[in-house]
Amino acid sequence: MSTILEMRSIVKEFPGVKALDGVDLDVTRGEIHAICGENGAGKSTLMKVLSGVYPHGTYDGEIVYDGETAEFGSITDSERRGIVIIHQELALVPYLSVAENIFLGNEQRGRTGLIDWNRVNTEAARLMARVGLDENPVTPVNQLGVGKQQLIEIAKALSKEVRLLILDEPTAALNDTDSEHLLDLLRHLKGQGITSIIISHKLNEIEEIADRTTVIRDGSTIETIDMRDAGSGAVQDRIIRGMVGRDLEHRFPERTSVVGDEVLRVEDWTVYHPTQVGRKVIENASFNVRAGEVVGIAGLMGAGRTELAMSIFGRSYGRSISGRLYKDGKEIQARTVAEAIDHHIAYATEDRKTYGLNLIEDIRWNVSSAGLGKLAPRGWVNDNEEIRVAQEYRSSLNIKAPDVLSTVGKLSGGNQQKVVLSKWLYTDPDVLIVDEPTRGIDVGAKYEIYTIINKMVAAGKAVVVISSELPELLGICDRVYTLAFGRITGELPVAEATQERLMELMTLERDQPLPTKENVS
Amino acid sequence: MNAIASARDLITRNLRQSGILVAFVAIVAVFALLNPMFLSATNLTNIVLQYTYILILAIGMVMIIVAGQIDLSVGSVVALTGAVSAVVVVKNGMPWWAGVLAALVVGLLVGAWQGFWVAYVGIPGFIVTLAGMLLFRGLTYVVLDNISISPFGKPYYDIANGFLNGLFGGYGYDVFTLVIFAIGVVGYAVAQWRGRQSKISYHQSVESMPLFVAKLVVVAAVVMWFAYKLATYRGLPVVLIILAVLTIGYTLVTQKSVFGRHVYAVGGNRHAAELSGVKVRKVNFWIFVNMGLLAAVAGVVYSSRMNAAQPGAGNMFELDAIAACFIGGASTSGGVGRVGGAIIGGLIMAVISNGMQLMGVSTSIQPIVKGLVLLLAVAFDIYNRRRAAALR
Repeated sequence: MSTILEMRSIVKEFPGVKALDGVDLDVTRGEIHAICGENGAGKSTLMKVLSGVYPHGTYDGEIVYDGETAEFGSITDSERRGIVIIHQELALVPYLSVAENIFLGNEQRGRTGLIDWNRVNTEAARLMARVGLDENPVTPVNQLGVGKQQLIEIAKALSKEVRLLILDEPTAALNDTDSEHLLDLLRHLKGQGITSIIISHKLNEIEEIADRTTVIRDGSTIETIDMRDAGSGAVQDRIIRGMVGRDLEHRFPERTSVVGDEVLRVEDWTVYHPTQVGRKVIENASFNVRAGEVVGIAGLMGAGRTELAMSIFGRSYGRSISGRLYKDGKEIQARTVAEAIDHHIAYATEDRKTYGLNLIEDIRWNVSSAGLGKLAPRGWVNDNEEIRVAQEYRSSLNIKAPDVLSTVGKLSGGNQQKVVLSKWLYTDPDVLIVDEPTRGIDVGAKYEIYTIINKMVAAGKAVVVISSELPELLGICDRVYTLAFGRITGELPVAEATQERLMELMTLERDQPLPTKENVS
Repeated sequence: MNAIASARDLITRNLRQSGILVAFVAIVAVFALLNPMFLSATNLTNIVLQYTYILILAIGMVMIIVAGQIDLSVGSVVALTGAVSAVVVVKNGMPWWAGVLAALVVGLLVGAWQGFWVAYVGIPGFIVTLAGMLLFRGLTYVVLDNISISPFGKPYYDIANGFLNGLFGGYGYDVFTLVIFAIGVVGYAVAQWRGRQSKISYHQSVESMPLFVAKLVVVAAVVMWFAYKLATYRGLPVVLIILAVLTIGYTLVTQKSVFGRHVYAVGGNRHAAELSGVKVRKVNFWIFVNMGLLAAVAGVVYSSRMNAAQPGAGNMFELDAIAACFIGGASTSGGVGRVGGAIIGGLIMAVISNGMQLMGVSTSIQPIVKGLVLLLAVAFDIYNRRRAAALR
């Protein structure tokens, strides 16, 4: 087997930061090669060097592609040689059709110089068949789900005669079925001789699909693991060890729970869809959380997890909401977000970029944004106090940034998530609802997020964790509720919960009867 | 940190603002070299009298732009409020303050009208104010019956053309003007000093002492030179006081108040703001009400300056105000922009217009130059921002 790509001692410096410090990467022709590393380790920078986003001359080191030294000056150069990168944030135009997107920038012209639409659509259909996408080529992209959009990106890559396909976190936004389908497709493409590099945080996925895995830490290559040689099970630990540079004996920090009085109770909570009349998104949901307790809400995508949380948090989702909220035993009204915050309820969103942060502002303003009233007793903000507060959270939550005036949009996912948590911690919540708190962030940062949650409950607060990662819920919760099709289908103390048992409850359909309630207290 | 490194750091951190300031100084220098009359007492006073209303509009506009909206109707609102004021003062013979009051009330109503459609119906500001531009222009014609109304009479005329002077006498220059400016400079120095002390008490880094003093000395020298120029001509223009009060007030509101913070939050990420407890609709409503009020102030100043209300008054003012904001570093996508920046942006437009008039450049060339300046200023700003981002 020959080598298709060799990157030798790549060094890339930004003013003040050495992002890559001698990375080596060998990719064998026809393999699926995974790259692992914590956020900020340099994976994306490396791929930008490879694809010509950082042109030749702006980095040190050598790239040998297909037996020749490659000196790409732009993405166009690398694409011409068959290197295509698919970014985590998909680059599709929502209102254009599938076919138009596939050939965007590479339009199929007829003899007149105008676009030959028949050829475009036929070609598109052929490419779509190759990626297993069964849709009409003229369908606008925004009518398709993320999973299918991902396939369109791959079809687009195929249209460019791709030989080395780079995927940055391809399954981060996909559900299990779509992820499985995508991985199958990669195997299939491998059979056709296409080499893939996949960047992912999902270790199960890597173990399943990769032939070899290169681990990067702090801008240097740690090791390249041949996944067939490494014993299964042990390989994930080995990758983690390489990524964080230490043994991560426990993925979840220890905690002894001291459960106190009930802090929040939700009763008969019913929420209707904001635009589709008559559609119940949440149906008669009841749950509670007590002081010092971490309660999990497990549910598949579309079960109504986020909708449940947001409707409780100042009715920021849905309409015709009915049901009762009790805080410390007393019934409360939280009709707006401001009222919810006044009742010391906080909600950290699953989509921090769209709903959580002002990405163009600095850490300081983001941290203070929900609890600004505390800094401005008479309507005028004390900006020195504001900086002090931000600095305090930066050090206590270990936000990695030069200073609190750094723009939030430039931070890594884990650090952005810490800013979101800082913002809500500063509002002094009694109940913190965190929605997918560790989505898209690396192992080390995950551990830190769990520690923050533990600190909160140790201080006698209550935390509700919404997550689709069952090991995470089992690792950090005291109690887990399952949500399926808008109904709470079960409640289990963590000691009695297993992934299988939870999955069973999470897939209970609307017409199936609920199991007899398994009581905890 | 030594003084040079500290100075460089200060400039880098404030590149977005300092870049445009450098451009302003350069433009002033060019005109001063081309025409010695440019920096004369008479001309400096003229610039103040002639362009204040654009700066007043720019203050309101920058808040609208930061919130991610735009207001195309301000030119028409300037005309309408001036017209209402003229009807009250000239036609009905009421005192000058009644006219001002009527104009301000009309401005508030206009703002509330537009704010309602933007905030509570959810129509983009671009559309609402495009409609408003036609609507209020038409109303101006109706109010004025399609003819100019003039003259306003002495007290109203003095709002935009009057001077405060002679209170403390003087020999060839007006001592009162110098005293007012000196108080301003001392106030500025004290505020800067207290800010610095407060930063130190919070253990934040501050610029080195020599640099701090040098900055104050430069600011004081420039301001006092300007004051001396005004003093040797006719003293302190009334509009300059109005402008100074508005600039200081709105700088505080935008930078230090909770409301100001909410404006930036809405423009930066509307959804995140909403989920942080910001009442997005209220913010959108009040920035338009505020714009209506400031457009009325500009309407009063402009009608006073012209000593007449004309059906076609204020034509294209909205574009000058918007250009001032973008030259001053505001972002078209919202969330970024400052009152100080918009003022400097407005001054750049003013200085260029004035400089060209002084040199007798034909009126057909003037808009070409202004258009190019807008383009180049924003290009310069983008270039600076990229460099600043790379240096971070």
